[in-house]
Amino acid sequence: MTKQIHLAAHFPGVNNTTVWSDPAAGSHIEFDSFRQFAQTAERGKFDFLFLAEGLRLREQNGLIYDLDVVGRPDTFTILAALAAVTEHVGLTGTINSTFNEPYEVARQFATLDHLSGGRAAWNVVTSWDAFTGENFRRGGYLAQGDRYERARTFLATANELWDSWHGDEILADAGTGRFLATASPGAFRHRDAFFDIEGHFNVPRSPQGRPVIFQAGDSDEGRDFAAASADAIFSRYSTLAAGQAFYADVKGRLPRFGRTRGDLLILPAATFVLGDTDAEAAEIAREVRRAQVSPQTALMFIEQLWNTELPGFDVDGPLPGFDPVVSDNLISKGRASVRQFAKDPVALAAEWRARAEAGNLSAREVVIEVTGRQSFIGSAETIATTIDELVQADAADGYILVPHITPGGLTPFVDQVVPLLQERGVFRADYSGATLRDHLGLDPLASLRRPGEAATARAAS
Amino acid sequence: MTSAPAGRPAPLHLAVALDGAGWHPAAWREADAQPQRLFTAGYWTGLAEHAERGLLDFLTIEDGLDLQSDDRLVADSRLDRVRGRLDAVLIAARAAPVTRHIGFVPTAITTHTEPFHVSKAIATLDYVSAGRAGIRVQVGVRAGPAAHFGRREIAPLQADRLADPDMQRLIADHFDEAADYVEVLRRLWDSWEDDAEIRDVATGRFIDRNKLHYIDFEGRWFSVKGPSITPRPPQGQPVVAALGHASVPFQLIARSADIGFVTPRDAAHAAEIVAEIRAEQASAGRAGEVVHVFGDLAVFLDQSESAAAARKQRLDERAGAEYRSDALVYTGTAAGLADLLADWQAAGLAGFRLRPAALPHDLTYVCERLVPELQRRGLFRTGYEARTLRGLLGLGRPANRYAAA
Repeated sequence: MTKQIHLAAHFPGVNNTTVWSDPAAGSHIEFDSFRQFAQTAERGKFDFLFLAEGLRLREQNGLIYDLDVVGRPDTFTILAALAAVTEHVGLTGTINSTFNEPYEVARQFATLDHLSGGRAAWNVVTSWDAFTGENFRRGGYLAQGDRYERARTFLATANELWDSWHGDEILADAGTGRFLATASPGAFRHRDAFFDIEGHFNVPRSPQGRPVIFQAGDSDEGRDFAAASADAIFSRYSTLAAGQAFYADVKGRLPRFGRTRGDLLILPAATFVLGDTDAEAAEIAREVRRAQVSPQTALMFIEQLWNTELPGFDVDGPLPGFDPVVSDNLISKGRASVRQFAKDPVALAAEWRARAEAGNLSAREVVIEVTGRQSFIGSAETIATTIDELVQADAADGYILVPHITPGGLTPFVDQVVPLLQERGVFRADYSGATLRDHLGLDPLASLRRPGEAATARAAS
Repeated sequence: MTSAPAGRPAPLHLAVALDGAGWHPAAWREADAQPQRLFTAGYWTGLAEHAERGLLDFLTIEDGLDLQSDDRLVADSRLDRVRGRLDAVLIAARAAPVTRHIGFVPTAITTHTEPFHVSKAIATLDYVSAGRAGIRVQVGVRAGPAAHFGRREIAPLQADRLADPDMQRLIADHFDEAADYVEVLRRLWDSWEDDAEIRDVATGRFIDRNKLHYIDFEGRWFSVKGPSITPRPPQGQPVVAALGHASVPFQLIARSADIGFVTPRDAAHAAEIVAEIRAEQASAGRAGEVVHVFGDLAVFLDQSESAAAARKQRLDERAGAEYRSDALVYTGTAAGLADLLADWQAAGLAGFRLRPAALPHDLTYVCERLVPELQRRGLFRTGYEARTLRGLLGLGRPANRYAAA
């Protein structure tokens, strides 16, 4: 059976994928940029809009990192405002489970779901670093090994809070004077190693019951967490082979958690460069990569991997001849890519040097090659064909597109690629449902039941 | 400050306090009430648009981290009252883009929330409203919310012995924490200088990091490093408000707020409260700063005094008890209320936060009867004169505390 493709739009982030130096690049903080971006996604009938989050500004060499876009809005607040200027598109926010509390986060998502008419989604992320913790009451006490456990139990607790209202509590019957059907609704009690809370949740059940749950972890633990409790997974694997491997692995985990293949969507992040022809797109893509890796950015990447300051280093010359400084004390703080670098920096540096030698590349050219994350490059026809083939080949269920220009970068995709996917009959011509769960083709929640009622078995099929 | 025509008092400021179906517990049963829509966006945007048609300065939105209760300190289990509410900051964010002038001052509970999160939330509300954001800070003394967070033991306030030294210490701690909280909000809002974003292609720098600042706040309840992840909001400093009924909260207002909501019994009492706040302001070194004192009033408005009284009586009968409030309850006509506001304004109040007993009825009377009455007396604006909430309140755009002079 031909699969329907899901498409989402990632608001350009605070990393070097985003090209702020382009004359077309607009504000990353004014509401109008978010409004335009969201309305473009909705014009393209996208499933949802996606916002990332980071709770401390990144640093390198003990200084605030200044080469990428810096600064972003509060996730919940901007999504609630976007609900006012859109009607259909889903609103997915990344919210950290370490530096928040379940009662408050559950309230904010339930509110967002009410105020958007059922379009809220939560990308659950975890963090443990004391660096970010310095901005919060809680500080940075969480052991690295505990972060998934806290995330898992945080989400379980939030689910209990959302499910504490069943949807039939409010009568609002002016005649009889009964506002509530039952006294003190929303009762909950949760005790575990992380949370010891009880009382009454104070937001009535929202249109979707719970927000759609996203997870982005890539480790074995992260994949299990997603397989157990997420509705969609935001992955890094946008190529055919890597995508299929990830897809098969994660979907293969579902039965262990009593779930079926349709219960979890795999949506890799993907960038794109469109041209009138494939050749023109390739040329534009080269220019974009150079803009993404300025000489200063190239130096910062090299310093991150070598984990040392390199004053006076010439990025147009060769890579450093010595091995990286191996230490737990990383010069770069507050960014996810560092974890990739830190796994085996000596081996990775050797790999970079080998590439330089093979291609006769300067240090900057190597960084451009190894960090360039361009998934789809080509004419609209080529990109539409590629995306369709990847989805039909189970490399993904769709893609979360990451444009490199704010806010207009999504427009060419919506104008040129979406119509081709619609012609192929693999992407909606219009929204058919009201909620994000509808857009994603997810079954209604099985959790809409009273305590004591038998669980509806969903694992059988 | 807004200049007044010679010989006439300055225009007064008007805000409306939104809470559920209105402040009277039986308000949701009125014929024009919309109790089924209390949890929808349309209900709140409709009220905001209504208040904006009345040219009001701003609206506040009540909030709480537990179910509402008729008892100030303890949960109840009533079936005949509105229970359940949406997050106030998000309601404000949802309504801001559909309005152009009115300010939004949602409530945040300082005792249980993170100042870092709330600072960027209000900064973002300021962006999405193009400079119309504020925050009303409220301490959370009830036991319910503490158990909902489980993060800290908070000794419950005991209503029968509030005057005892341990209770007084507890109250003082709550408000000291709120003052620290506001300090963190304000430092974070200033942690980016206005011109920090430079987009200098030659040097590859998006920001001038020398114009971003660690706030390095360390206090009894929390430490916050900063800077904010959100650039300085359009107003520089969104408006901070607090409600107070006694000396301890008056100190918070004087030390930390731009607006204090207070509950005088009469004009003389209003003058006393204003004097106390001014004295506290001076001792906090803020004598030169504008701190507006607003009188809170619960209002039942109608065509005649007898109609207003009859309506209040009908509501009270339905609720099964006479309506009581921490604020003065005004029952009467718009003209009578205008007399009272003018009288209290002369005692030193800059404006009023009106709590409509029932929505939309009393909001309609505020916008369509009271406002024209005040306009006739030269006491209220006839059109929005500024683009930001600070502008409407006559507050300048403040310098950044971290910027080099």
